[in-house]
Amino acid sequence: MRGDSRSFAALGMPARWRSRAHPAWWAFVVHRVSGLLLAAFLPLHFWALGTALGGAPALDRFLRFAEHPAVRVAEWGLVVLLALHLAGGTRLLLIEFGPWRGLRKDWIAGSVGAAALVGLVYALALV
Amino acid sequence: MTTPATQAKLWYAQRISAMVLAACVVAHLAIIVYATRRGLTGADILARTRGNAGIAAFYAAFVVACAVHAPIGLRTVAQEWLRWRGGALDAACGAFAFAILVAGLRAVWAVSVS
Repeated sequence: MRGDSRSFAALGMPARWRSRAHPAWWAFVVHRVSGLLLAAFLPLHFWALGTALGGAPALDRFLRFAEHPAVRVAEWGLVVLLALHLAGGTRLLLIEFGPWRGLRKDWIAGSVGAAALVGLVYALALV
Repeated sequence: MTTPATQAKLWYAQRISAMVLAACVVAHLAIIVYATRRGLTGADILARTRGNAGIAAFYAAFVVACAVHAPIGLRTVAQEWLRWRGGALDAACGAFAFAILVAGLRAVWAVSVS
């Protein structure tokens, strides 16, 4: 669907949401939400690494906790979020500082592809 | 009210820290995959990191870049999505930056020096 004003109206959506049909809107949302989740995770991550102050046994206790399947899935999700934020952020830096123009749609696809690749590589490392 | 000059400085700090972070995150992702594939224990990890000045310097720079980048990003989100502005927001973001910096450098110390 091209997302013109009439089709949005037909779906009962305000015309001002038209921009949300563009991939750049979703790239913005993914970048922002991944950034928020990563910022929330940072203190937890630093606390976990700080357990190394208690030596290798203390760090091992945390690593054993990290082997729980639910924690593994969460770790995988965080790695994918990090890869998405990295790829999306690199695209923004290229748009803002690079000489190229028109990096919107194809670079968004490239960002998602790069993050998916990192997710697959990490998933293979986990199993 | 943040002055335009301060906004410009925050914008540049956000972008310059992002450039540092982009390089750090690529290396960090490679280290994560390496450590996971090798199934490293706590002792294995600390044997590789303790006394390693390169690891300590790399992760210290990573932490400083995080402490600059994340609070400025959160400040923007709070302004745009929560309509929160003013001195209280600046203080909260400053406190978050300080907490990230201290906790992060403590973690670097824990794995590379202590």
